[in-house]
Amino acid sequence: MTNISLEAPEVVRGQPYPGAPDNWKRFFTFSTDHKVIGIQYIVTSFFFFLIGGTLSMIMRGELITPDADLVDRTVYNALFTMHGSIMLFMWTFPVLVGLGNYLVPLMIGARDMAFPRLNAVSFWMVPVVGVLMLASFLVPGGPSQSGWWAYPPVSIQNPTGNLLNGQVLWILAVAISGVSSIMGAVNFVTTIFRMRTPGMTWFRTPAFVWSVLGAQLIQLYGLPALTGGAVMLLLDITIGTSFFAPERGGNPILYQHFFWFYSHPAVYVMILPVFGMFSEILPVHARKPLFGYRVIAASSILITVVSGLVWVHHMFASATPSWMRILFMVTSMLVAIPSGIKVFGWVATIWGGKIRFTTPMLFALGGISNWLFAGITGIFLASVPIDIHVNNTYFVVGHFHYVLYGAIVMGIYAGIYHWFPKMTGRMYYEGLGKLHFALTYLGTALTFLPMHPAGLMGMPRRVASYDLEFAYWNVLASLGGFLLGLSTLPFILNMVSSWIRGEKVGNNPWRAYGLEWLTSSPPTVENFEELPLVVSGPYGYGRNQPLVGNTPNPGLTEFPESLTAMQSDEL
Amino acid sequence: MTAERVISQDVEATVRQHQEHDAAGNSKFGFIVFLLSESVIFLSFFTGYIVYKTTNPDWYPPGVTGLETREPLINTLVLVSSSFVIYVAERYLHDKKLWGFRIFLLATMAMGGYFLLGQAVEWSSLPFGFKDGLFGGMFYLLTGFHGLHVLTGILLQTLMLGRSFISGNYDNGFFGVEATSLFWHFVDVIWIVLYTLIYVWQ
Repeated sequence: MTNISLEAPEVVRGQPYPGAPDNWKRFFTFSTDHKVIGIQYIVTSFFFFLIGGTLSMIMRGELITPDADLVDRTVYNALFTMHGSIMLFMWTFPVLVGLGNYLVPLMIGARDMAFPRLNAVSFWMVPVVGVLMLASFLVPGGPSQSGWWAYPPVSIQNPTGNLLNGQVLWILAVAISGVSSIMGAVNFVTTIFRMRTPGMTWFRTPAFVWSVLGAQLIQLYGLPALTGGAVMLLLDITIGTSFFAPERGGNPILYQHFFWFYSHPAVYVMILPVFGMFSEILPVHARKPLFGYRVIAASSILITVVSGLVWVHHMFASATPSWMRILFMVTSMLVAIPSGIKVFGWVATIWGGKIRFTTPMLFALGGISNWLFAGITGIFLASVPIDIHVNNTYFVVGHFHYVLYGAIVMGIYAGIYHWFPKMTGRMYYEGLGKLHFALTYLGTALTFLPMHPAGLMGMPRRVASYDLEFAYWNVLASLGGFLLGLSTLPFILNMVSSWIRGEKVGNNPWRAYGLEWLTSSPPTVENFEELPLVVSGPYGYGRNQPLVGNTPNPGLTEFPESLTAMQSDEL
Repeated sequence: MTAERVISQDVEATVRQHQEHDAAGNSKFGFIVFLLSESVIFLSFFTGYIVYKTTNPDWYPPGVTGLETREPLINTLVLVSSSFVIYVAERYLHDKKLWGFRIFLLATMAMGGYFLLGQAVEWSSLPFGFKDGLFGGMFYLLTGFHGLHVLTGILLQTLMLGRSFISGNYDNGFFGVEATSLFWHFVDVIWIVLYTLIYVWQ
């Protein structure tokens, strides 16, 4: 019987997808494999991280002297706008989506995401966003100069008179990035709710999956509000409506509400997956179960809820009524509770453990210590009297860079190192990794610590020149900024050379306990020949109980401790 | 591991195995998640409308005192009843009665088209435009954004109508039709809120 099938060719487990090359070329195809898409996300966004970092080093070069001498003031405005926008929309969001893409299906024992094609479409929007962002350097008038928050009335001015200006390109880029994020969020939430492997109940789901779920739920409820605000902003610029234009009766404060209703929770979209990675990495390298796993998992969802109720703390100085300030001061401080639960759990996890100071562990510990510091200055800023005093100063810049670089970027590095053997089958070079950690940690402290005293002394942010009394702290911060730029070099060298010729280390070099370590490295197509049947909770270090009740990949002989009963004295 | 645990896991495994192959179920879940997220855009516009209306007592453009409610009410009734019509169409498809499905789907499309036409007539007769103050901006933003959704719904229904002529199209379920119908109900619910805010609350 001749049977002409309109279906796609059958996927054979263990073989590459039909039509997809099985070498580096597959990363340049429209692949629907979540592992290929994950690496596509990570590498693309790292490229933009380098661009954003270059912009920041030009800014630090400008600020090394008190006068505006290196770049023009308008160029400086464009630099900080594009630095912020690229770092958030092109690096932090996509790289975490990439790590989630790679890890979530493996950790929940699924063969792929729920909607593989949608996943690929979401990824391929990211380069488009990047091109739009960078193209704004070429249009007359240069890029947007209104900061990554794009507050009206600054953002609705159009000095060049062109319809195609930097601000419009910026809004288009953010809109496309938003569509990509919403599609990704629908995909993640559906995958986590419906694709968990048999036996994986909610409280057997790894903490990283919980945190990704929390983060993606925030995208779903928050991002549309920003989209609504951005549509109105775009209409104000292009058509000339009066939503946010005060001279036409509009209300620019309303835009700030729309913007921060999403953009404050967006911080948690970025930090939650990093929290999840800390929760995964610490037990492996301390050989102990995650302390208070259930509470840590649930606190991710608590953060999701509370983070939707705190946005006005960005607007304490925006003519906000007193009752609203007090209310949002209290809710903002409430976020410290779930965050504190997590930090307590991590400290208790490594307490008395057999700690191995590998590169991912160092980055995780460094990230947690930085997060602790950033959290404490966060409490300062949540308090209305202090916030009004340091509003728009470098104290705020120092605080959020400690969150974004000190905790989030360090956490991303920790995750990349930790799962590098899983993604490539090879081990990175430990010496280069430790050098990278030392440079990053010192660079973070040297760059962002001096911003706190400068801010307390009253140095305003978003300025190209400043008073001589701030020079000392700025020179320090600039030197630190160049050190951070330098710190990426050992990382790039390490990643490239160990991917090509690193030592092959088998499927579970960390002797870790988790579904993602039950498949080969790099995982085969569709991850598992037979879906794993989970019979116990995660992080079973020293508990002598198997994780799965079957053999998901019968072809693989080298099975780690996770499958069979473990020797507790070894672990 | 005790025996009961093994058995209960076996049962769970069977259930989950079933779910894994339930791609249409995944799509439906994902689509509902998407619609919930989409509704937040409308929610933000509604919030904007309420804030503008309550903080600007005289926010109508000069010469405008309010909106005519009679024709929009007819429009509303047509759109809301079309939700029931598409439900009937879905029931016909459920019973594998294709022609009943097509006729009622066409009726839904006609009602949606009537709504859009009525909207266009109303827009052309209004004395104010998009740029006329906050009220003009909000009015055209809300009705226009909603109208785009109605148009999308009609296009989806056209697609579903065309697909119904492919033989064997419904052998593996009809998620597309379910999604189109869900989307149509969503558009209706949004309109009811919108009508209440703009026309009833004057």
